[in-house]
Amino acid sequence: MSELNQQMIEQYRTRFLQEVEANVEEGEWVKMCMQCGVCSGSCPLGKHWAHPPQEIFMMIRAGKREEVLTSDSMWMCTSCYNCIVRCPRGLPITHIMHGLATYAKRLGLAPKNQPTAKFAQLFWDNLVKKGRVNELKLGLSLYFMNGFGEGIKVAMKQQAIGLGMLRTKRMNPMEVVGGHAVKDLDGFHKMIRKAQELEDARIKQNAG
Amino acid sequence: MADDKKFGGYICTGCGIGERLDTDQLEQIALREGKMNLCRQHPMLCSAEGVQMIQDDIDNEGVNHVMIAACSRRAKVEAFNFPRVALSRANLREGVIWSRPDTEENRETTQEKADDYVRMGCAEVRFMEIPEPSGEQELNKHILVVGGGVTGMQAALEVAEAGYNATIVEKAAQLGGHMAQVYRRVPTRSPYVDPQDTQVADLVSRVMSNERITVYTNARVAQSSGAPGRFSVEIARESGETLNGSFGAIIQASGFKPYDANNLPEFAYGKTPDVVTNLELERLAREADGGPIKRPSDGKEVQAVAFVQCAGQRSDKEGHLPYCSGFCCTTSIKQAMYFKQQNPGCDTTVLFTDLRTPGAPGEDFYRAAQRKEVTFSKGEVSEVVSADGELRVKFKDLILNEDTEMTCDLVVLATGQVPNTGPDPYAAPLEAEDEEEEGGETAGEEATPQVSVSVESILNLDYRQGTDLPHLRHGFVDSHFICFPYETRRTGIYAAGPCRRPMDSAQARDDAAGAAMKAIQATVHAAWGQAVHPRAGDLSFPRFRKEGCTQCKRCTVECPFGAINEDEERYPQFNEARCRRCGTCMGACPVRVISFANYSIDTVGQQIKAVDVPDEYSEKPRILVLACENDAYPALDMAAMAGEEISPWSRVVPVRCLGSVSLSWITDSLNSGYDGVVLMGCRKDDDYQCHFVRGSAMAHERLSKVGDTLQQLNLETERVAVYEVAITDTKRAPQLINDMAKTVDEIGMSPFKF
Repeated sequence: MSELNQQMIEQYRTRFLQEVEANVEEGEWVKMCMQCGVCSGSCPLGKHWAHPPQEIFMMIRAGKREEVLTSDSMWMCTSCYNCIVRCPRGLPITHIMHGLATYAKRLGLAPKNQPTAKFAQLFWDNLVKKGRVNELKLGLSLYFMNGFGEGIKVAMKQQAIGLGMLRTKRMNPMEVVGGHAVKDLDGFHKMIRKAQELEDARIKQNAG
Repeated sequence: MADDKKFGGYICTGCGIGERLDTDQLEQIALREGKMNLCRQHPMLCSAEGVQMIQDDIDNEGVNHVMIAACSRRAKVEAFNFPRVALSRANLREGVIWSRPDTEENRETTQEKADDYVRMGCAEVRFMEIPEPSGEQELNKHILVVGGGVTGMQAALEVAEAGYNATIVEKAAQLGGHMAQVYRRVPTRSPYVDPQDTQVADLVSRVMSNERITVYTNARVAQSSGAPGRFSVEIARESGETLNGSFGAIIQASGFKPYDANNLPEFAYGKTPDVVTNLELERLAREADGGPIKRPSDGKEVQAVAFVQCAGQRSDKEGHLPYCSGFCCTTSIKQAMYFKQQNPGCDTTVLFTDLRTPGAPGEDFYRAAQRKEVTFSKGEVSEVVSADGELRVKFKDLILNEDTEMTCDLVVLATGQVPNTGPDPYAAPLEAEDEEEEGGETAGEEATPQVSVSVESILNLDYRQGTDLPHLRHGFVDSHFICFPYETRRTGIYAAGPCRRPMDSAQARDDAAGAAMKAIQATVHAAWGQAVHPRAGDLSFPRFRKEGCTQCKRCTVECPFGAINEDEERYPQFNEARCRRCGTCMGACPVRVISFANYSIDTVGQQIKAVDVPDEYSEKPRILVLACENDAYPALDMAAMAGEEISPWSRVVPVRCLGSVSLSWITDSLNSGYDGVVLMGCRKDDDYQCHFVRGSAMAHERLSKVGDTLQQLNLETERVAVYEVAITDTKRAPQLINDMAKTVDEIGMSPFKF
């Protein structure tokens, strides 16, 4: 567990709802859930979740900090927005799930080897480099996500698709070296850094 | 009187009647068999012209008995409204042409049906009298309100605003009732965010300063008698003084008694002062008056409070209330805000199984509490334990499906309302209960409500059927929660507020307005000699031939509204204004001495006789259908509108209520050669739909023995069938008649045809 996690535990003690409200994106909505369960019933992947959104909200109110933040449930969200559309109370459930996942990761509590978490990290790293997603590199990094041997195997399997894309000029092989960036890459990096600073300052302040 | 009768028959040829039927033949039947003095046809009788034609005959020809052969008696009621005239309607449209197929082979039977309906319409009107108001009451613009809580005060103010006088009788020393103890109430206007002043003080001052309202505190109703328009009430004051008053109507607003939380030892009530009921919390909040609420045991400021919803309610456990009191969820939300307002950091948890916030503020108020960080947990509380200056609330989290617990300083039990009503006149007597236990028999009657703690009479009526308003369920005095609010089973006495059904103060005030309007209506109708709901405006009332009466008392016992008392000679005393005109007394009377001016044993009996019953070899059976005019008859009308076919052999006679059906009609019809009888009344069980509450049930009870009559006549018991029919049974009602036609086909024609 990270130092930040310890600080947060100290800071909020049993008031996990307040911790979520202050630190999680859209977390202030959690208290407005009326436990109707429409979100859980609407989630296409709901049955694969250990705790569907309704339960997550209840667990937050019940102060089950450890269980919520180490859960892989919110990592299962595919952002289909069914729950948001249907929630009678208008809770931005999808955003709350992502917010919880992000907060868990920041505290170092996110489950290890969770594929969505891994993908999210690869995507982020890829994105911030040039300000745009380098599809070729992202694809390749996904192939080799679980080791070199498996990467080769997957690459061989996807060979035909890759060649087809090359032929129809859907994929530029030269992107693998460097790749092109957004117009003002420096500006983009500055912007990301500033956002990160603000976010860190807020969390630090919350951590006391 | 009979000599003064002049009969006019009117046949409409519109809506296809003229094309489908030989109306000239109908006219001849009306004149020759129906003995109408004159008969006219019109292509559209309900038009201004057609109506004028009838009115002209009334004005110029002296016609005072009108038979209209057109559409159902439930259609065109406004057009065919002739005051001071006896009126019968032959249902040729829905009853004949719309419910029979328009084909050549059916033409004969359709015409026969129409012929019979005209004969029946003529027979009915011949035996009708023009109802005259009884003149028993004058307009008495004074309403008695029993109970001086929010409901009673509001009712009195509504009555006063309408220009009537009101007298409030309150047993306590002050007005205000339970609401006077309440700190703040749920907001009644948007935004529904914060609790607001109860305004009870304002209500009290408005009542006290209103010159139309008289208030008696420390008083009770010692005796009441009479009828709407002339209730005579004795008010006894604590000082020993008694006052007599005459009132047009009575509003019972006796409110509720808080549920006794001593029945809840599992929640540590009584074991520690830190477990309180919702009403007791109001007292704590009043004491704190905006400051921190302190717990009773040691005066510590409350930092964590749990609200246990449905405490002793919605449960089938002994000593618990089986129903939801409706107000407690919103009340707990309001009370949680008391804590949050003063200390936003206070942990407030509402433990609920189903949160219900009825009324306009409901959902918004709930949201407002969520915004204030009141925690709502769906959980079932099993136990509250007091230990080491803390309370541990054990509950099952119903979302996470696990047993868990929380600690807090104060527990508030959301307990419910027990109606404060008098003894039920129809409760099974105690001896009978003992017998049942010994005999192991289970009676169909509802057991005595266990929740009714009050056995002290509230109204002290001198009615033959008991001192107080009959209970509907759980001790609440209503006659139907959905269909007839405020109506009780005693005419001219209306229930409002939590003695009618559990409710909050906002609903009680609405209730008060409703009951006040009803009370005024009853007063006015009584003065006019007219009935109130459901036969509002009816001038007829039961009369009886004293010479024929055997003093059997069936009418006094069976009247669903307790309208009939006994006089000194033990003859029935029909209090006309207390009567709802259902005719249950008429159906009950074994010697047939009770009748109404326009509805009697004869008006129906003669219709039955008027029907042409073909001989045994004609293969044309006749089926008599006695249908309740409130539900079954309109169901048949609607079936006809929808094109459902109804057996050509059926002859339908509408009755005011199945309870008014005299067994003589059934034996007479069977004796005169009818092949089958179908009786259609309303649903009669606990969720009854009978407009006269017990009419249908009484009829079913009486008719349960009709099989013996049939056996005596050596007839098959299948020839008489009794059904409960709802107004929505538009497919089933015709089917039941057609089934009887099939049955007759199977068992053969009646041997009683001449």
